[in-house]
Amino acid sequence: MKFGVLQFPGSCDEVDALHAAGKVGEAQLIWHRDRDLGGADAIVVPGGFSYGDYLRAGAIARFSPAMESVIEFAHEGGLVLGICNGFQVLCEARLLPGALLANTNLRFTSRLLELDVVRTDTAFTRACAPGVAPDGADAGQLTLRIPAKHAWGRYYADAETLAAIEGAGQVVLRYAPGQNFNGSLHDIAGVRNERGNVFGLMPHPEHAVDELIGGSCDGLKIFESMRSAIEAAALA
Amino acid sequence: MTRTQGTTLPTVEDALALGLTRAEYELVCEKQGGRAPNLLELAMYSLLWSEHCAYKHSRKLLRTLPTEGEHVVMGPGENAGAVDVGGGLVCAFKVESHNHPSAVEPFQGAATGVGGILRDIFAVGARPIAVLDSLRFGESSSPRSRYLLDGAVAGIGHYGNSIGVPTVGGEVYFEAPYEHNCLVNVMALGLAARGRLVRSAASGPGNALVLFGASTGRDGIGGASVLASAELGAQDDGAQDKRPTVQVGDPFEEKKLMECSLELLDRGLLVALQDLGAAGLTSSAGEMASKGGVGLDIDVAKVPLREPDMEPFEVMVSESQERMLCVVEPANVEAVMELCQKWEVGGAAIGEVTAGGQLRVLLDGQLLGEMPVAALVDECPLYDLDPRKPEKPIYPPPPATAELSYASPPRELLLALLSSSNLCSRRALFEQYDSIVQSRTVRGPEQADAAVLALADSSALAVSIDCNGRRVAADPYTGTVAAVLECAANLACVGAEPLGTTNNLNFANPEKPHVAWQMTESVRGLGDACRALRAPIVGGNVSLYNEGATGPIYPTPVIGMVGRLPDARRAGRTGFAHPGDEIALAGPLRHSLAASELAKLLGEPLPDGLPEIDIDAVVAAQLAVGEAVRAGALSSAHDVAEGGVALALAECCLSGGLGAQVELPEGLWEPAPLPPPPDPASRDAVPPLLTAALFGEGSGSFLVSGEAAAVRALGERVAVLTIGRVGDDVLSINEGGALAGTTLTLTLDELAQAYAALGELFS
Repeated sequence: MKFGVLQFPGSCDEVDALHAAGKVGEAQLIWHRDRDLGGADAIVVPGGFSYGDYLRAGAIARFSPAMESVIEFAHEGGLVLGICNGFQVLCEARLLPGALLANTNLRFTSRLLELDVVRTDTAFTRACAPGVAPDGADAGQLTLRIPAKHAWGRYYADAETLAAIEGAGQVVLRYAPGQNFNGSLHDIAGVRNERGNVFGLMPHPEHAVDELIGGSCDGLKIFESMRSAIEAAALA
Repeated sequence: MTRTQGTTLPTVEDALALGLTRAEYELVCEKQGGRAPNLLELAMYSLLWSEHCAYKHSRKLLRTLPTEGEHVVMGPGENAGAVDVGGGLVCAFKVESHNHPSAVEPFQGAATGVGGILRDIFAVGARPIAVLDSLRFGESSSPRSRYLLDGAVAGIGHYGNSIGVPTVGGEVYFEAPYEHNCLVNVMALGLAARGRLVRSAASGPGNALVLFGASTGRDGIGGASVLASAELGAQDDGAQDKRPTVQVGDPFEEKKLMECSLELLDRGLLVALQDLGAAGLTSSAGEMASKGGVGLDIDVAKVPLREPDMEPFEVMVSESQERMLCVVEPANVEAVMELCQKWEVGGAAIGEVTAGGQLRVLLDGQLLGEMPVAALVDECPLYDLDPRKPEKPIYPPPPATAELSYASPPRELLLALLSSSNLCSRRALFEQYDSIVQSRTVRGPEQADAAVLALADSSALAVSIDCNGRRVAADPYTGTVAAVLECAANLACVGAEPLGTTNNLNFANPEKPHVAWQMTESVRGLGDACRALRAPIVGGNVSLYNEGATGPIYPTPVIGMVGRLPDARRAGRTGFAHPGDEIALAGPLRHSLAASELAKLLGEPLPDGLPEIDIDAVVAAQLAVGEAVRAGALSSAHDVAEGGVALALAECCLSGGLGAQVELPEGLWEPAPLPPPPDPASRDAVPPLLTAALFGEGSGSFLVSGEAAAVRALGERVAVLTIGRVGDDVLSINEGGALAGTTLTLTLDELAQAYAALGELFS
């Protein structure tokens, strides 16, 4: 199982993502100018400021050679995870519905958050299924503790799109009550595409993989889920 | 003959306008072989002979500081100092100020302050791993202070967050003397493999001089002399006319520049590397040449420009951000350019190293100016200070902000302190910073007294930045000793031993005898404390002329200290952790309300002098507490600082989410003796002993919690007094003995509500 982590010149969390993915599989960086994804089984588009985010977060990154390959990879059914700026890039690339707007407080905000897992039958949350959760939380309402840090994280989609993604079960993570500091509609913290192979979230699972650093390992569940989905597909 | 020498030469009046004195101008003429300098040369001399670049009023004092020690790998004089942190790694670190730019335009001033200090770190070949900031503004009731705070915090966040370096700690104080002259000091740390540090000395005549990074524009022209080396006038509150001297930062450009610089060094392509900061190319080229004992030829026609018609002197003094200068062997120039292309940063060979010891500026090969490197960089006259202790107080009493007195109920005093802008939670500020990127942050803001950053070998670095300017104003020597000891105490609380120190000396106009006295006494204290701690000074910065129309700032020697602990898993915490743990005070108890936060809230004038500190006793207590934390024996450790024992208790409760039941023994301590107040008639009655016991401040004591056996064991090393037990969700403090009775009871919710006061500034 091999993760490929994109690296733009303004990426900030790519080494953290590499480190987190490396805890559950092989992991390698993919330079933004490379079209070759190096035989990766799954792609992580990491956090940071890709090309400085000057025009609009992620707006330029979607045109990079590596992203062109990632778009193709996604269309072929490959697993793609976008974290923070990566989520913004995937929305700009139209791989995910909606957009990320400025936080309602108009400030960069960094906080350890609680996230409700809406469903555990996805390629990105299957390791969060009841019985697998480390603290044996209630079967109905699993919660992950994962930090978020961003200035542009307010999930927005028009009413029609919102109804469609809710109807199709595309909302995977919501901010737990009282945790939605950025003003995201429907408390949406993470969504997937209709096909279920592309997932984006504003919080940073790669920063919750070590109890010593950050006080939570819940983020590992996302990477473990991806490995589990890849392995299941290989067996099928 | 140089080109501009045919035309009118600048006069001594022009030299005065550029900040040189008449005598300095005459000396420049002498250094130039008896001829008057042309405009380009005069501009370059005026910058390198400015206070900011030449340290002409501070250098003699700085020479008295300890700079050597077993851990020091690189001392003062390079872009950043460095200490050995074990595991084959060194930590480079330094603090710098961007005070005057931030007073003029807080967002860009603070942002470029971060950019500048990060360049200092990667200029020595270290990858930046953390930023801390130390900020001072006028009282928080002032709209201008809130504007400056908001802008500075946003600017620091904008730059640090965007470049992927965590902001892991810092401090901010609000005091009236900073109203017209705020302070923005930023400290950065970086890691490098031992033996991979690079120095800035140019060498090898014939080697190429390559400028890379952003192109050069007209921004920041004269910043070092106009902004950094003169007082801000009253009109500078708006300061529109000085806004063009403030640089504009681009963190994306710096991110690429950083990665490019580090990869160039990794590949061994550079002979020397230097960042461009104040005084731009002039200063960088001059310093590289001076350190290497060589000369340089620079052709300004080869410098990539943002604006086509820049004058040669503008190219030489521009402070455009995100640029680096390096020396490259001719055979490697092509490889350097290829890496610049990979990272999409500009690069151009703009000159070469020469043997002559002259700095020559050319335009398309035509000589424009020529100066001896030694004269330009090293032979600026150094001045002796004329220190004299002022006969009368310099600073007016702080404005009373609470309708309370020393005799008010302790409960009200504690709530007033907890919600005061100097002591309340900094959450509203640090939430605007990314403190976790790079996955090293074991202890971030408000989790422990110092930030703790994990290293690959399971050890960790600890870092703290601190200075209480009001205490330094009351007693420059003792106040500075206290600031250094406070940093070391913070390190002890997480279990770290100090390795080295950096400092940013923020003072007012050194030409005034009372400021000279503050500087002299403060530097004496800095040296004594660092020697006692064996934490030598490895680098730093001096910021003078911090003085506005309403007078001087409080003398503010900001101290940054880096330490190491062998096991990151045992890093200490501030917060109480286990119900039932014993709570104890450890270390010397010599607390006083003199220049305390409570005295400030009540509008008390500054005392003339602070109680003497027994440095050795304090260091011994720090060693004992540090060792207990490192051994994993204690549940929490917090140093007793501003607000005294009561505030420390409240902070431990809030940080751990647990209450405490405390009984203070009767006559817990006699307040430390104080020099007589300047005007006895104006003083209230002596504060009640209980008030002094709860809120008095001094160096050397810690509030620790742990199992009874651990507290007892600590007592074998240092004086320990058990005062209570962790538990429940209230903080209650009782006075023991004959006066027994509840002194105060506050629920955690009440404490938390008061502590959150700063959030209102951002609502």
